[in-house]
Amino acid sequence: MNIRLLWFVLLAVILIAAPFFTYPVTLMTILCFVIFACSFNLLLGYTGLLCFGHAMFFGGAAYITGYILKTTHISLELALLGGVGAASLLGLLVGWISLRRSGIQFAMITFAIAQFIYFIMLQLPFTGGEDGMQGIPRTKLFGLLDASTSLEFYYVVLAITALSVALFYRIVHSPFGEILKAIRDNEPRVESLGFKPERYKLVAFVLSAGMAGLAGGLKATVYQFATLTDVSFPISSEVILMTLLGGLGTLTGPMVGAGLIILLNDYLSSFGEWALISQGVILLIVIIFFRRGLVGELNALMWKMRTRAGSKGSASTELASGSPGE
Amino acid sequence: MNFEKALPAPALGRTVLSVENLSAWYAESKALHGMSFDVREGELLTLIGRNGAGKTTTLRSIMGIVRKRTGSIKFNGDELIGRRVYEVARKGIGYCPEERAIFSSLSVKENLTLPPILQKGGMSDEELFKTFPNLLSRAGSQGTKLSGGEQQMLAIARILRNGSRFLLLDEPSEGLAPVVVKEIAEIILRLKAQGFTIILVEQNLRFARRVADRHVIVEHGKVVDILSTAELEADMDRVQTYLGV
Amino acid sequence: MFDMISPQLVFGQLLIGLINGSFYAMLSMGLAIIFGLMNVVNFAHGAQYMLGAFAAWVLLNYLGVPYWPALFIVPVVVALFGILLERLVLKPLQNLDHLYGLLATYAVALIVEGLVRQRYGSTGLPYGSPIPGGVNLGFMFLPYYRLWVVVFSIVTCLGTWLLIEHTKLGAYLRAANERPDIVESFGINVPRMVTLTYGLGVGLAALSGVLAAPVYQVSPSMGSSIMIVIFAVVVIGGMGSIIGAIATGYMLGILEAMTKIIYPAGASTVIFVFMILALIIRPNGLFAGAGKS
Repeated sequence: MNIRLLWFVLLAVILIAAPFFTYPVTLMTILCFVIFACSFNLLLGYTGLLCFGHAMFFGGAAYITGYILKTTHISLELALLGGVGAASLLGLLVGWISLRRSGIQFAMITFAIAQFIYFIMLQLPFTGGEDGMQGIPRTKLFGLLDASTSLEFYYVVLAITALSVALFYRIVHSPFGEILKAIRDNEPRVESLGFKPERYKLVAFVLSAGMAGLAGGLKATVYQFATLTDVSFPISSEVILMTLLGGLGTLTGPMVGAGLIILLNDYLSSFGEWALISQGVILLIVIIFFRRGLVGELNALMWKMRTRAGSKGSASTELASGSPGE
Repeated sequence: MNFEKALPAPALGRTVLSVENLSAWYAESKALHGMSFDVREGELLTLIGRNGAGKTTTLRSIMGIVRKRTGSIKFNGDELIGRRVYEVARKGIGYCPEERAIFSSLSVKENLTLPPILQKGGMSDEELFKTFPNLLSRAGSQGTKLSGGEQQMLAIARILRNGSRFLLLDEPSEGLAPVVVKEIAEIILRLKAQGFTIILVEQNLRFARRVADRHVIVEHGKVVDILSTAELEADMDRVQTYLGV
Repeated sequence: MFDMISPQLVFGQLLIGLINGSFYAMLSMGLAIIFGLMNVVNFAHGAQYMLGAFAAWVLLNYLGVPYWPALFIVPVVVALFGILLERLVLKPLQNLDHLYGLLATYAVALIVEGLVRQRYGSTGLPYGSPIPGGVNLGFMFLPYYRLWVVVFSIVTCLGTWLLIEHTKLGAYLRAANERPDIVESFGINVPRMVTLTYGLGVGLAALSGVLAAPVYQVSPSMGSSIMIVIFAVVVIGGMGSIIGAIATGYMLGILEAMTKIIYPAGASTVIFVFMILALIIRPNGLFAGAGKS
């Protein structure tokens, strides 16, 4: 317990001090994708649903939030809520259509619907089409706090991210979360116990969509523009990669994966296609050799070390809750 | 029912299959716990036991369909563990699964003639249809449109095509009417008379007693006892406890 | 509105729809064959199609090999790469959740497309028509090559369907789609059959690519842009159904074309609208029962 608290404090210190050492925009991008990755993890890692078009919630909310801000200049948090609401509604519709199937077919259906959304966004005038939606204002938070510089805004984004991760943690560790995990592991069993898996899956889907929407809306306010890329398949596949790289089924894995991939993209951005090529290579290596992901492998290593040492009372230093492969 | 090829039945005694300390797993769950038994050439051996005892798992382990195994399975001196399923089949073992596995996207004729002729003595198309004439009349139908009994005939006829002389039959009488069960018993006895070596998995003790030479009683993935038919009949009460609900 | 639409326009569009549909059909068919046996969605299918087109281009511009030999050489070469991919990447993953196989092929697609784009840039490269010119039918002008595409694709689809439904080889495939373990227990080398079937699917994709080179521009993104439609086709048609893939492919090509005539703005989304409707009405796919669902 003590060591855990120590890690927490260390992390908090790093996060608060970070913008003084590196570009706030990069950090904020990482934070947005941390939220996005958590939303995806809720669906895949904890409910066992592979959605192949998560960008539709991310990008869709980016446009909605941006549009709200541009046209109404409402305070920031309300605009973000608008994005979340729109994404959740979309999640309800998409979930209702696609959850009729499972496994690969569910993945394919979400993929196709996401492409549909992409083409719609391309054609709708309010999105700005290929040019994107530019000049999204950064209005005051709660109508009072002016956080227009990157540094100030970083702390706003950090706070929102911390709240989102806390919410994610609460959902996953609640009775609802336990049922989701049960559905992932053995859906027929859950049904035989009297629960209706379809309902839980839909709720999880809507929650995940809303959270992805928060990430997208936030990103729109960080960059102050929203583009078609936000709603495109590469973003959907990026979050899959982040989750696998970090560790499927772990709590913190996808967040770690998000950070790494954003940094990698940043580093390789001047090298043309190599960003995408290396994403492909990393994905392939992770799938073949490191299926448990970074955090998963780390967990497994520590588990092995602990059982070998045979220590009983020592504090747990696990990065994820529970045993490996939870 | 005519079996045109009347091959001489060889003398009993030579061990064809030797299973030693076989353990098998389905993923992490251990299904067989060190099974050991022999099968001699020309005999008909049954594996009896209740549901879930490990009888089907044993057959699938011999074939190699269950891959995670320890111990040894020697067929005519060759070790089977570590070999691919098709390699085991090509050594001369035929497998007729419990669920029959008649392919629904194939016609009866396609189902019947799917296995390749691997050894001498493997029946050709005409021989098979002559031996199982009721299948000929349904040759063009979709495989799964046959009745349960006909599907079982098809499943047995199908494995005769390989020419394998060592057969694994998993509950051939299951779910069939007594009249059909009688027909199946006759086919199996004829195969035995022709010198086939057969391992039969059965829950129907009456059926087993009619056809088998020896009985291996399986419980919880272990061999509990091996009895000849005479010994079995003398000790029916004890045997029934292993089959009881 | 309708008096402004000339027969030229309608038949011209129909031809485009038929051409597109031909490619949709051939590519979905290859995908359905692979999925039916391996239960893996070959996300690299589009990239393999693109490789086919690029290989034809490279053969022509670097080795002087024209279209007709390329039509034979390219599918074989790309199929060999597919076989390599299957052995090295897909076989080791076959006992895991099939989503890993899907993601692995996606990773390969990313790598291939990225490398090609790195080398050749994003703009399309031209590939001349091997049979230039055409015939004026009065109500429309029919280019010879377009006619060849339609005929060739129909023959290929029909031929493949006949192979699968009416030959011994096809019987092996159909049986292995249902119970590969039992088929293997008959002494048939199923692992090798899986490898060769994947090679067949990849070869079909590459063949489509060569066929496509004179029609569409040879560009690195030609694979990913058509994959989107192919997935919709396969989902609508029923994931493992060959007939479903072929029929739905042609159908959607023509549907797209008709929409372009009547309501041009909806042409890019009509396929997805159709897919959503089809899923609501028939969740198993329009041709379910003719294959895996």
